[in-house]
Amino acid sequence: MQSPSFQLRIVPALQEQPAFCVGDVVRVLSRSPVGHYRVPQYLRGHIGRIDAVLDPSAVDNEEEGYGRNAGSKRHYYRISFPMLDVWPHYAGEPQDNLLIEVFETWLEKV
Amino acid sequence: MEHSSDHAPHAHDHDEIAIAGHAGYYEIMETAVRELLVDRGLFGADEIRHQIEVLDSRTPALGAAVVARAWLDPAFRSRLLANGRAACEELGVTFYDDTQLIVLENTATVHNLIVCTLCSCYPRPLLGLPPDWYKLKPYRARAVIEPRAVLAEFGTVIADDVEIRVSDSTAMVRYLVLPRRPDGTDSYSEQQLAALVTRDSMIGVIPVLLKNGVQAP
Repeated sequence: MQSPSFQLRIVPALQEQPAFCVGDVVRVLSRSPVGHYRVPQYLRGHIGRIDAVLDPSAVDNEEEGYGRNAGSKRHYYRISFPMLDVWPHYAGEPQDNLLIEVFETWLEKV
Repeated sequence: MEHSSDHAPHAHDHDEIAIAGHAGYYEIMETAVRELLVDRGLFGADEIRHQIEVLDSRTPALGAAVVARAWLDPAFRSRLLANGRAACEELGVTFYDDTQLIVLENTATVHNLIVCTLCSCYPRPLLGLPPDWYKLKPYRARAVIEPRAVLAEFGTVIADDVEIRVSDSTAMVRYLVLPRRPDGTDSYSEQQLAALVTRDSMIGVIPVLLKNGVQAP
């Protein structure tokens, strides 16, 4: 279905728009929050590449774990890391990759 | 289970089937929380029973049907890879929560493996409960560090020039591996193809193999 032309002038709220695009190089922040988290330790501080933007945006399930989620929808991203970057002694092949989905607030552009 | 009328008399001795040992910490906590929630009227015993019935109705046979359809119907395969959840819903598989499904296709050059290092994230609406080894720490820790060694222990040796993609399913999405269709199955019906597809092949620890006794028509 064709979008009516007036929709082209709609300005989306900041958090409706993904902050990163496919191909962006991002770093997973290396903070250590107390409580429930969904970003494994072994990837904190590591640099990866955005493989996909996961639509639609969704609540932060680290906050959701405590019943707090109103207004906190942002995007998750599927991010790719070469295994050799994650594990210096990786015994597999150089083309092997690890992929994971991470909430926007854990990422910064490199 | 229904017993046939010619079932042999139950002559042998065995121990009474009973709960052994004391309830653990989490078992007691689960009972306490459940009883409190039922007491407060937030839900009833029948709703708990119903949800167990929902979970029990989800088995790897549903995933196998999805895989077989994808092998036979290129348009469905495209829709499945574009939006796993919507394509499964086309076949009547409902998703009772908000999770999306990403379907990862194995090819001659890419082999996908799924793990949840955090706990046991798994496409339960489609495959049912995960196997115990999927939830235990050895698999969860090793699948991301040495996937080729883990795969070899399942008898799966991946060629050196194939890319391994390990997807760590920890946050928002659930994953299904679309395995490669085995050679020699051109004449198989959809049902015969589905019968080849196992749970483990949809996690990515083994390929789909031809089974003894499953013959092409």
